[in-house]
Amino acid sequence: MAALRSFAPAIVAALILIAPFTGWLPDYWVTLFNYIGISSLVAIGLVLLTGVGGMTSFGQSAFVGFGAYTTGVLTVHFGVSPWLTLPAALLVTMAIAAAVGAVTVRLSGHYLPLATIAWGIAFFYLFGNISWLGAHDGLPGIPALRLGGHQLIDPKEYFVVVWVAVVLAVIATQNLLNGRVGRAVRALRRSTRAAEAFGVNTAAAKLLVFVYAAMLAGLAGWLYAHFQRSVSPGPFGVVAGTEYLLMAVLGGAGRVYGAILGAAGITVLRDQLQNLLPWLFGHTGNFESIAYGAVLVLVLQTASNGLWPILFGPPPPPKPPTPRDGDALPAKTLPAPGARLLQVQDARKTFGGLIAVNDVNFEVESSRIIGLIGPNGAGKSTTFNLITGVLPLTSGAVAFDGHPLQAQTPQRAAALGLGRTFQHVEIVPDMSVIENVALGSYLLGRAGVFRAILKLDRAEEALLFATARRQLQRVGLAEVAMQPAGTLALGQLRLVEVARALCLNPVLLLLDEPAAGLRVGEKKALAKLLREVRAEGVSVLLVEHDMDFVMSLADRLVVLDFGTKIAEGVPAEIRKNPAVLEAYLGGVA
Amino acid sequence: MDTTIFLFLLQDGVINGAVYALVAIALVLVFAVTRVIFVPQGEFVAFAALTVAALENGRAPSTPWLLLALGILAAIAEVVWHFRDLTVKRIVRVALLDLALPVALLWLTLALAPMKLGQLVNILLAIALITPMGPMIYRIAFEPLAHSSVLVLLMAAFGVHFSLIGLGLVFFGPEGSGTTPLSSASFSLGDLVVTGQSVAVLIVTAALLVLFALFFGRTLLGKALRACSSNRIGARLVGIPTSAAGQFSFAIAALLGAVSGILVGPLMTVFYDSGFLIGLKAFVAAIIGGLVSYPLTVIAALGVGFAEALFSFWASNFKEVLVFTLIIPVLAWRSIYAPYHEESE
Repeated sequence: MAALRSFAPAIVAALILIAPFTGWLPDYWVTLFNYIGISSLVAIGLVLLTGVGGMTSFGQSAFVGFGAYTTGVLTVHFGVSPWLTLPAALLVTMAIAAAVGAVTVRLSGHYLPLATIAWGIAFFYLFGNISWLGAHDGLPGIPALRLGGHQLIDPKEYFVVVWVAVVLAVIATQNLLNGRVGRAVRALRRSTRAAEAFGVNTAAAKLLVFVYAAMLAGLAGWLYAHFQRSVSPGPFGVVAGTEYLLMAVLGGAGRVYGAILGAAGITVLRDQLQNLLPWLFGHTGNFESIAYGAVLVLVLQTASNGLWPILFGPPPPPKPPTPRDGDALPAKTLPAPGARLLQVQDARKTFGGLIAVNDVNFEVESSRIIGLIGPNGAGKSTTFNLITGVLPLTSGAVAFDGHPLQAQTPQRAAALGLGRTFQHVEIVPDMSVIENVALGSYLLGRAGVFRAILKLDRAEEALLFATARRQLQRVGLAEVAMQPAGTLALGQLRLVEVARALCLNPVLLLLDEPAAGLRVGEKKALAKLLREVRAEGVSVLLVEHDMDFVMSLADRLVVLDFGTKIAEGVPAEIRKNPAVLEAYLGGVA
Repeated sequence: MDTTIFLFLLQDGVINGAVYALVAIALVLVFAVTRVIFVPQGEFVAFAALTVAALENGRAPSTPWLLLALGILAAIAEVVWHFRDLTVKRIVRVALLDLALPVALLWLTLALAPMKLGQLVNILLAIALITPMGPMIYRIAFEPLAHSSVLVLLMAAFGVHFSLIGLGLVFFGPEGSGTTPLSSASFSLGDLVVTGQSVAVLIVTAALLVLFALFFGRTLLGKALRACSSNRIGARLVGIPTSAAGQFSFAIAALLGAVSGILVGPLMTVFYDSGFLIGLKAFVAAIIGGLVSYPLTVIAALGVGFAEALFSFWASNFKEVLVFTLIIPVLAWRSIYAPYHEESE
């Protein structure tokens, strides 16, 4: 049964490819399926870009245009063989997407989709006004693909070409998403901060997705040009771009197979409407757009996750590979116990007139647990963000292990071995728990996009997942490893964050209220874990409101109030310190 | 380029820019109150111009039929979404505003159209026919999504745009038409011939902008709308009905769209889908204003109009390419200057 399951996609793929030759499928439908396949490629790219990466693009049709026009110009004007123009089409879309994307992906929020609309329209008018692209009339007479001396003109034969491309795109995209870079990409939409804290260069990851999606669109354009045998600007405008987006949304943004479902749904709908509506209204025209708009609005109103999850349920759990014996990730050498690790000197942060952190000094030595406490608004989390590079210092200095940390980034903090958790949990809810944790060891892996697509990253992935599993066991969450992280309770998610931080092989662990939302038993287990970690030589900087928890654990406490350090010492002293009592209780009664 | 051409282009740019300004401030208003980036705003412009054109020819325009269709849809949406809290008051309101009003306007249009009562009646009728479409569209498409992210609302706005373009083709047909100028007078200013139409455009736009500023600065309703835009939940907590505010902002948007349509009608041949490009150019201006600042938006709209005039002189084929490429550096600057924070769903 298990064997059957693992072969099922291959069997389905084979069945699809022989379908047109059985004679059961009329030519009309074969042609329709060719268009579905071509649109699917664009929609798969959009699923990655929008559903997974969180970047909405209305301009994918322009990249289809670049693919189509590249092969059109090369074959018609220069007589290049169609197969040779495929790499050219992909390279042209890649180069243009990299240039456009370099500006676009840095835009935030709704500015990004607006930019895609703008350049979508600009490229459309560009195609229609350049004379060697045939202006508004386009380029006719594009040669068909040839196999030996045989021309692939019959839609049935072209069907095989299109769907081989779709199957390869599905496999490549799934492999990419399941790899190390893929996990980083999946974190872009909902928890950019977490991805950055574990060393992901989010701007580069966004650009990667953007270029990948554009190249799939370019491939679709190449297929389109050799199927239509002509190109004109019409199908590459913003209307078509919105149609592709509609396909991705209808199928289920975020689900690769949903893209094919959405493409099939919209293509068949358009075809049926084009037959029906002129008859209904008595003359021909672009009436199907009425139905498109209505479908889009209705899907958004009633099924915003698309049709695929409704029909086929949630995504299957990941299947992490098991490591071979003897393989191990490189271990980190930890500094000797008691060595100076983190030095915070006169750290100051002001927001306008407010001094959030006022010339705070403290040190963290290795193999120590330091508690950072204080009433609400004391500046604890801001201090944390200064150390981890999320916020820049106004003045003062932070040094870690001898490295000055001025103007550092979260990525650099991660590379130095600062593993952190967040006060407001930052996880990817639709990714499994173990994958969330494996994001923590992002910097320990090396495999890039190509190794992931070709599945050459399995040995490394096995090690990353083994580490993730081990850390999940330590926090007591091994049995929920395969569940979507969004199904866990808040207390469990805090432990997931601890496990993720441990996956970094940290030198210093920065925990922001890890015990909030935990039950008594869970708190004890966490305390035991933190003592274990300290015994291994890792230091912990702990922000916590639960006094019993922090007093029993910490070697030393630093107390902040209104941004200023008011006391520092061992827990027993702090308990009696009058300044601390006043800060917490509002004066000695 | 000599001074005459420059002045001519300037005049052309300012007139187009004035129309873009009206459309752009409607976009800013709708975004501020409802967070909807209202792509179909241009459709009101085109439909209003086509309505006036039909009336001038003594034909009854199809606009009231479109209004009736939207009214029926809005009534259905109201019943479906509020099935559990259907009160008599709500049913009466739906029956009056969504069904009786379009039917009354339909009757009025059919009665008045053959009489050719003149420009003023035509204009007033067009405004009366277009304005109720705004709140109807809000209730059909956007109210059920009121709590969604800006991105979802943007996609829904595109959906509405598609549907309206299709409906525009059904109701108005593929032929374009123009309307008679508001004033046929013209006078010379040095080398430059100034037409009465351009003066009319400027006067109407300026008057509406002043009214707009007074409304938001001085009246309680205007202040309530501003409150909705700066903090929806806060506005609800102090008793401002955000749904009514949304409908009101859409009504104003439709009204401004209708006026813009009446102003552009004599300047160009308007087709059922001409509104999209007008809307998008206004949009470039609205973005430059950051979708918040009305004065900046107006200045930007004039700039877009002038840039368009210049581009059409230098490289008329690439006019649209250049206008839309303009927006990218603006967006980049906006992203850095006013970054937009990740939306948590």
